[in-house]
Amino acid sequence: MKIVVCIKQVPDTKGGVKFNPDGTLDRGAMLTIMNPDDKAGLEAALRLKDQYGAEVTVVTMGLPKAEEVLREAMAMGADNGILVTDRVLGGADTWATSTTIAGAIRNLEYDLIITGRQAIDGDTAQVGPQISEHLNIPVISYAQNIKIEGDSVIVERQYEDRYHVVKAKMPCLITALSELNEPRYMTPGGIFDAYKKEITVWGRADLKDVDDSNIGLKGSPTKIAKASDKVRKGAGEKVALDPDESVSYIVGKLKEKHVI
Amino acid sequence: MDFTLSKEHEMARTLFKEFAEKEVKPLAQEVDETETFPRATVEKMAKLGFLGIPVSKEYGGQGCDPLTYVMCVEELSKVCGTTGVIVSAHTSLCCDPIMTYGTEEQKQKYLIPLAKGEKLGAFGLTEPGAGTDAQGQQTKAVPDGDEWVLNGSKCFITNGKEADVYVIFAITGMVEKRGRMQKEISAFIVEKGTPGFTFGTKEKKMGIRGSSTYELIFTDCRIPKENLLGQQGKGFNIAMHTLDGGRIGIAAQALGLAEGALETTVEYVKERKQFGRTIGAFQNTQFQLADMATKVQAAQMLVYKAAMKKAEYAANPKISYSVEAAMAKLYAAEVAMEVTTKAVQLHGGYGYIREYDVERMMRDAKITEIYEGTSEVQRMVISGALLK
Repeated sequence: MKIVVCIKQVPDTKGGVKFNPDGTLDRGAMLTIMNPDDKAGLEAALRLKDQYGAEVTVVTMGLPKAEEVLREAMAMGADNGILVTDRVLGGADTWATSTTIAGAIRNLEYDLIITGRQAIDGDTAQVGPQISEHLNIPVISYAQNIKIEGDSVIVERQYEDRYHVVKAKMPCLITALSELNEPRYMTPGGIFDAYKKEITVWGRADLKDVDDSNIGLKGSPTKIAKASDKVRKGAGEKVALDPDESVSYIVGKLKEKHVI
Repeated sequence: MDFTLSKEHEMARTLFKEFAEKEVKPLAQEVDETETFPRATVEKMAKLGFLGIPVSKEYGGQGCDPLTYVMCVEELSKVCGTTGVIVSAHTSLCCDPIMTYGTEEQKQKYLIPLAKGEKLGAFGLTEPGAGTDAQGQQTKAVPDGDEWVLNGSKCFITNGKEADVYVIFAITGMVEKRGRMQKEISAFIVEKGTPGFTFGTKEKKMGIRGSSTYELIFTDCRIPKENLLGQQGKGFNIAMHTLDGGRIGIAAQALGLAEGALETTVEYVKERKQFGRTIGAFQNTQFQLADMATKVQAAQMLVYKAAMKKAEYAANPKISYSVEAAMAKLYAAEVAMEVTTKAVQLHGGYGYIREYDVERMMRDAKITEIYEGTSEVQRMVISGALLK
């Protein structure tokens, strides 16, 4: 079985967020991590590899620095890493990103594609399903459990209060939730091995069946009007009252704010 | 000269740090308070290969360099001195001598499970009458048919009751050296469960209280002939060489303790207010922190340099890293004691309370000036090389 896992290097929100003048994220200036949902997707792929045997290829699109998350994925156990990087691909929204990644994946053989549900920087949850549309394969989003049965996958698709069990024939795409599993740690030896391996670097010219009008900032229908870091909440209010008075006080406040 | 760590080492540090923060730190206080050996943590570390970092892959290890191993002990010790020394004693004092002096059969039988973390290792040199003076040993090994018969005891043994494989030193005869009769010492591999091998008292310690420190007792303990480690009579050299490596591990533990105390204190002085200001706003605090950070940095340089020298030794065994190891341990241990003491002082009354990590760190730091060669022994090693 061949599994492709799409991962993204995202800002570590603990380190603060920085923006370019055009409102897009200044990715070069921030501390970064592997997007948590993507990491869960990678872990799911590695567990399928442990259980059924598989070749796991990780793909990312980003700055050359995004190589770091590929190395991390390989130190966890992924077999191959592909970095899609090119100046003309910069500033991409979800449409341009999914077009680009699908263009890269068209060069690969695959039975299963796993992406994270959404990235903590954009929070759109669009790229995974869009890739499946571009590649014309089924998608099962919000996966909380994945099993393989013959040439199909059986996935528990999470809802707020229930889950659906969905079966799809491979090849198909699954978007994973960070609750899916607890991703494994790298191993020290795995890290050194990961740096000995070659990473495949693809640019615009390597993308298959992709039109220039659909990539990069120019190919992005989404225009960012303004972006900002999370606004800090004001300091809370502390009151020292006995329980009865506390209840009245809280109810009063909630009424004042028209919450109740 | 390049002071930049490679990307591999940076990533390895990220791994060790994440593991230490998530898996080790939450247990550190309880491990200390209840004197409990953190078995579950050791099992997790085993799965991730932390118990065989510098052992080659051929023998079940991770095939990394000594610097990677040092960084592991450093990051673990930042949050828990006990966990740091478990890895250090296992790796430096048990895996290393078997890797260096063991026969192929011994490596297959003992090193592979040790490096995979399926078994835990320990080292027994110290005796009630023989600490720094290794010649003062009393434990004897006498050949009898296809076996050696061990009699005697070892004390203050780290990983004491928790280990499975022990490298033990014993007298195997007397030899004449420079006109004087001296004890001939040899090294042996002893397995837990061997008849005649029992445990004495568990030591109650000032620090590293979760580490299992026991007396080992050998009473007509018969071990197979093939468990002699290295050549007969070469035990003293094996012990000294092993301790050279062990000192780098302990230096890393000391470094980690100092770093942990410094980081904790930096956070604390930014929060703690006195006279209407955070105590970090006072020049005394600032200058103390500056001195602490400078010394920690200097200690790190010495420890990393010693690790790099050990890596050079692996490629060229004619090189000695004895002096570098001694300097690293001497300095890092004294810095650990000084920095943790200052950390307690900067925490004021809270620093003396067990709920605060610096209290434990100060108690943990003291042992680094004592075990695997006291600071005085390190000074002897360093000056001995100068005056040779």
